[in-house]
Amino acid sequence: MATFPFVLVSPEKVLFHQEVSMVVIPGMEGDIGILPQHAPLLTLLRPGVITVYEEEKILVRIFVDGGFSEVTPERCVALVTEGVPLESMDKSSLEIEINNLLEDLADSKTPEARKQTDQNLEIARAKLMEFIAHQKID
Amino acid sequence: MTTLKELRDRRRSVQSTQKITLAMKMVAGAKLRRAQDYVEAGRPYARLMKEILKDLATKSQSLDCPQPLLVGTGKSDIHLLLVMTSDRGLCGSFNASIVRQARKLIVSLEGQGKIVKLLCVGRKGREALLRDYGHLIVESFTDIGQPRLRFSDAQYVADSLLKMYQDGLFDICTIVYNHFKSAMTQEVMSEQLIPIRVESFSLQSREAETMKAIYEYEPTEETILNQLLPQNITVQVYNALLENAASEQGARMTAMDSASRNAGEMIRKLTLTYNRTRQAHITRELIEIISGAEALS
Repeated sequence: MATFPFVLVSPEKVLFHQEVSMVVIPGMEGDIGILPQHAPLLTLLRPGVITVYEEEKILVRIFVDGGFSEVTPERCVALVTEGVPLESMDKSSLEIEINNLLEDLADSKTPEARKQTDQNLEIARAKLMEFIAHQKID
Repeated sequence: MTTLKELRDRRRSVQSTQKITLAMKMVAGAKLRRAQDYVEAGRPYARLMKEILKDLATKSQSLDCPQPLLVGTGKSDIHLLLVMTSDRGLCGSFNASIVRQARKLIVSLEGQGKIVKLLCVGRKGREALLRDYGHLIVESFTDIGQPRLRFSDAQYVADSLLKMYQDGLFDICTIVYNHFKSAMTQEVMSEQLIPIRVESFSLQSREAETMKAIYEYEPTEETILNQLLPQNITVQVYNALLENAASEQGARMTAMDSASRNAGEMIRKLTLTYNRTRQAHITRELIEIISGAEALS
């Protein structure tokens, strides 16, 4: 089966770099499945899950908190701020994170700080939702 | 004449100094290795970001809505220098060389009649520039990246930078930091950060040709640029912070190494003087005894 290299990097490290047969990335306007020989594409990513397939089996699911992705016929690159594999998450710690952020939101005084916390909260909520959704599937 | 006790005490104090410098060298060495790893780990992202941006930026000249981060404000009156130094001293000429470069830039820019503003990252740079150019410092950050430099630290610096740019507080931003070449050598770099220098990474002609594939953009080219450009600033700041952290440890290691060697040399000399003095004492006492005995007999 045809494969192509998929690279997932955060500023701090390379999160994933391997030959894969398909990836599904959370594009701004909906999920996009990338197969080998995909047309060149540059897209923003929303917070969501990247699913990596190898030989029609799911290799890994990674939650990313938004970024960019560049697709060429030869490869697929995703630049994200942070990525966490779904299997290394657990529900209670996600809920604690959301609660902490809610407290931060109540504490934040400047509009900028509030906006920032709001964004983080949105990401954390998306993380929890994806986690629950995938738990049901599995 | 110095007494034996004084010599002994001095030697002991130099010895304990040497112990400290040796320990600092070891610590700096360990930290250096880690800092180098972070620099390595940060490279792929920065490289890929540059590639994407290169492609986008070369086309954006024809964009309807010019990006201020890319083309500038159209003026070049106010220059902001982002001076990156360390929070701690005892690292040789690390901070001094950055500050020297910053001073040079300030003098030459002011000579051209520009307004200069300073943003200091790191305590040492602020302290050094405070006396002569204190009135130029608009903001300073200390304890960035302690105990470990995270991307969010860079984000914090870059966000305040971008906010200042949006508010029109400066037209051009230049970053001054130490580029890590090896543990022994660091090179002071001053790079223009805002507006982004397209020519610095475009038109490596053949490569640019192959990059000319027609991309589909989602949602739109403009929206992507809006996100990509600030992110690129953050990545560059992060990169500079990483390089600086590695350089600092490298410089400290070298400085502490030569300090330890100097201390060793000093101990050797002191020991020599101590032994000679001791010998002289003994000889003198012997002479006294002998001549005393001779006088009696």
